[in-house]
Amino acid sequence: MLAYLIRRVGQALLVIAAMATIVFVSIYAVGNPVDILANPNADAKEMAEISARLGLDKPLWEQFGLFVWNALHGDLGRSFVFNEPALKLIIQRMPATLELAFVALIMSIFIGIPLGVWAGLKPDAWSSRTIMSGSILGFSLPNFWIGLMLILLFAVQLKWLPSGGRGPTTSLFGIQVSFLTWEGLRYLLLPAFTLALYKAALVVRLSRSGTREAVLQDYVRFARAKGLSPTRIVLVHVLKNIMIPIVTILGLELGSMIAFAVVTETVFAYPGMGKLLIDSIGRLDRPVIVAYLMMVVVIFVVINLIVDLLYAALDPRVRLQESEG
Amino acid sequence: MYKRSALAVALLAGTMGVATAQDLKVGVASEATSVDPHFHNVGQNNALRRHIFESLVSADESQKPQPGLAASWRNVDDTTWEFKLRPGVKFSNGKDFTVRDVIYSVCRIPLVENSPSNFTIATKGIEDIQTPDPQTLIIKTKGPYPLLPIEMSVFGIISADAFGAGPDLKFGKSGCTGVGTPPKSADFNDPTKAIGTGPYKLKEYTRGTQLVLERNDTYWGNKPAWKTVTFRPITSAGPRVAALLAGDVDMIENPPIQDFDQIKKAGFNVVQGLSNRIIYIHLDQFKGADWKTPGVKGTDKNPFLDKRVREAMSKAINRDAIVERIMGGVAVPAGELLPVPLFGTSPDRKPDRYDPEAAKKLLAEAGYPNGFELVLGSPNDRYINDEKVAQAVAQMLTRIGIKTTVDSMTASTFFSRRNKYDFSAYLAGWGADTGEMSNSLAALVTTQNYAPGFGNTNRGRYSNQKVDELTAKALGTIDDKAREKLLQEASKEAMQDYGIIPLHFEVTPWAFKKTLTYQPRVDQYTLAFQVQPAK
Repeated sequence: MLAYLIRRVGQALLVIAAMATIVFVSIYAVGNPVDILANPNADAKEMAEISARLGLDKPLWEQFGLFVWNALHGDLGRSFVFNEPALKLIIQRMPATLELAFVALIMSIFIGIPLGVWAGLKPDAWSSRTIMSGSILGFSLPNFWIGLMLILLFAVQLKWLPSGGRGPTTSLFGIQVSFLTWEGLRYLLLPAFTLALYKAALVVRLSRSGTREAVLQDYVRFARAKGLSPTRIVLVHVLKNIMIPIVTILGLELGSMIAFAVVTETVFAYPGMGKLLIDSIGRLDRPVIVAYLMMVVVIFVVINLIVDLLYAALDPRVRLQESEG
Repeated sequence: MYKRSALAVALLAGTMGVATAQDLKVGVASEATSVDPHFHNVGQNNALRRHIFESLVSADESQKPQPGLAASWRNVDDTTWEFKLRPGVKFSNGKDFTVRDVIYSVCRIPLVENSPSNFTIATKGIEDIQTPDPQTLIIKTKGPYPLLPIEMSVFGIISADAFGAGPDLKFGKSGCTGVGTPPKSADFNDPTKAIGTGPYKLKEYTRGTQLVLERNDTYWGNKPAWKTVTFRPITSAGPRVAALLAGDVDMIENPPIQDFDQIKKAGFNVVQGLSNRIIYIHLDQFKGADWKTPGVKGTDKNPFLDKRVREAMSKAINRDAIVERIMGGVAVPAGELLPVPLFGTSPDRKPDRYDPEAAKKLLAEAGYPNGFELVLGSPNDRYINDEKVAQAVAQMLTRIGIKTTVDSMTASTFFSRRNKYDFSAYLAGWGADTGEMSNSLAALVTTQNYAPGFGNTNRGRYSNQKVDELTAKALGTIDDKAREKLLQEASKEAMQDYGIIPLHFEVTPWAFKKTLTYQPRVDQYTLAFQVQPAK
């Protein structure tokens, strides 16, 4: 297990180094931030001063070298537009995005698995057919459109829920979270549902096909022959066996929900990290973009690691293989 | 059940006095990047600044200078200005406002760390500041500097004592003495440090979520109508409109034109006012040796060096059609770089008439009977419907034989490429910060480096000696009447020479509840203290 961990961490460092180079060089090619940041009335001398203040007057290799050196010391640069450490800006936004992603994840599990298992157990019932065609909608409707429609229905027409933004926060272990109060949760419901819909559709599909396969297996037949109650068969024997693909997919999807909830966060004016990224791209705030993408790499690497460990916990065969290799 | 209890609460609030009617929530299109008034010279920061930190001179809806922290000013001679401070003004921490605060603010401006765009633009004309008494400020300039009062409206005044300026505080052109340790930008995000004289005080700043202001009850001027003001950044237009319709905010900036009907039908007001922003097309007129203008095909020469070609292009554009069909009527066709009645404009200067036949003739005369091929550069997320306007212009030019394709891109890429002279022709916009003609002329049509600040945004590199001379002369003329006449002449010269092709002036819309009123501003700022309850 230890050798396995060390190998994974080594791979991760390589990925991070490669990403750092790609991200830095490509963002350099997009445009010169001074052209966007400077007041239009600024003359060439003032533009040059701004370049110097922001360290943009140095050649690319020197800027990159400085970035790497500082990054190794835990400093990912300062935002041009906010004059604060880029990492601090991102971490400030992190609780908002994490809570959105986790609420969405929980929603997709609690919507997706029961519906999927139901559709798998009774594949020919009209209710199952409705679920399956409904899940196609979940896949195919664009995220921003769903978001806007939900806003129009629940915020504009019914006025039940707020149209966007983040609700009042309370402090939990020093972190500002909003899911502890009803008022805060109300702000979370629509964006989380928007984000969850696609994942829920995915979970429905996965758990349906998993269930259909599992009910034909010998162990289910034996369990039935043994006289176990159908509830117990589904909850213990079927559910446990269909979880592996679901956990894999949801793990990856959680990563993308955290890193790239950009569309949903934009539609709901939700102050998460994705919103910060898209705003920073528009303003060519290079340090924030680079720091953000670096952090995303780290998040993905960590999530993948956790998923692999979860595999091992769920499936003894994985454990065996790993100890051999 | 929920609704009923909400109703009960509302009734209760109604009987207890109108607590909620004193709150104003505004959905803004872009968020201020810092509360520090000197950190970033950009629209949204400057709008926020006016709530908390006032300036010596303030600007009204049509950008005319008005008394602010200075009650009056006059020029003693060509290079000396005297400002009399308004007596009895206090900062929100209770300290008196004096000349020291003005000197401190001017001294601090160049010292802001990591500023992406600072305010030295406004203070660079100051040679010396003298203070015969605590209420009088004498500002010396190098040459005649008629725009000094306007420059004084650009930056906010911060408190010298709140940040520990020494008793020996003194202005020096190459560096001040007694400044102490100037505050960091992030300090201002703390309500106890954001001390100004303005009608509002900072209450809370949660980046990305909201910025809350509280009425400054010791404010010297008219008390604003709202006890608390909340600015919520909602950058996408659709969700911003939804927030208004849902009642989450009372007022929004920049509702999209296509949503006007829906907003009005839902019982909200939309107001719109002419802005100081011109949308124009610049043509590459660089005369450098070996310069081959990019994006032009079908000719070896640079066609834009011929005035007839420029004139033909202007005549080929149907400005009324663009305004009517693409801008939904929410724009005004332009005949020069600033709209009437701003300073330096000529009421008789009409937009060029649409005349494709005359345009074709001019092209033929210039030696391009079959036209040529052209690539028109344009941003696609910077100005109202910018890409669509560029497409329309391209079609109109194609109709007279100039086969035009549009190369549109996101603003951050566009401006970098434009500044590298990547386009033979490009569509862009210019907002005149000063609200008068010298700013537009100097930036867009004067020869680069003819004088300091000239031709900064003249990326078509148009050059006309007469325009340069007239503009420079105007900038050295203190007398308002004489200066205005010079600017009118300079503008006419540039327009008649087709140095630049003006398209239209943007119109800025706001939408809000029926219970509010707002006077549209030329500078496009949303100022909460000017939002009034409707009578």
